[in-house]
Amino acid sequence: MLDTAKSKRLLVIIRHSPYGSSLARASLDVALSAAAFDQPVSLLFSGDGVLQLMSGQQTESVGVKNMERLLASLPMYDIERVYVDAEAAARYRLDLSATPLPAKGLDHTAIGELLDNHDHVLGF
Amino acid sequence: MTASRFAHALLGRGHSIKRIFFLDAGVGNGLATAVFPQDEVDRLQPWVALAQEHDVELVLCIASALKYGTLDETEARRHEKKAAPVHPAFTVSGLGQLVEAAATSDRLVTFGG
Repeated sequence: MLDTAKSKRLLVIIRHSPYGSSLARASLDVALSAAAFDQPVSLLFSGDGVLQLMSGQQTESVGVKNMERLLASLPMYDIERVYVDAEAAARYRLDLSATPLPAKGLDHTAIGELLDNHDHVLGF
Repeated sequence: MTASRFAHALLGRGHSIKRIFFLDAGVGNGLATAVFPQDEVDRLQPWVALAQEHDVELVLCIASALKYGTLDETEARRHEKKAAPVHPAFTVSGLGQLVEAAATSDRLVTFGG
């Protein structure tokens, strides 16, 4: 187990839509892994990545795992600091009151502050 | 190429690199079986040099490696596959290696995506 005194605040930026690329899933795996090692981790959904937060995703007919269920389970793994680029959310008409997990909309100024408040930024 | 050049440039300026973690399609960088066109540079050798000359750890994400078939000898045996195409300068291990490196390093740089 890691020395928690050495914890770094990690921000994972997710820019990929849920089923167009395997990086969408990989980015969540990194966040889950960090949480498993008790590292403080935050998520920022940005660009096409906001599509991961759509509710009502149905994947049975295409034979891939449902990302919505995985997202909904993140708070159970202590991933609760979840943010979304409000401008990208508006562009995709994402209803922030009906996302699979609670996500706080941020404008560009607030996103700048979010980046400042983390030690490491991992972009996907 | 950008990442391996950056790594060599860092070392040239006196910085140290603990580990390089390859995720998702990035695990393809560890293939010893890659053949590069004659009029292009060898993209594997700069990585191998980092490991052999500068003791940089090269780690392929195991979940990605299994998915893309970039198996080392251990994983090939475990999954009963005939080929182990990963160059021996690389190891195959879990995401914990990325998390541990992030927690114990003052800088974390990502490429691609």
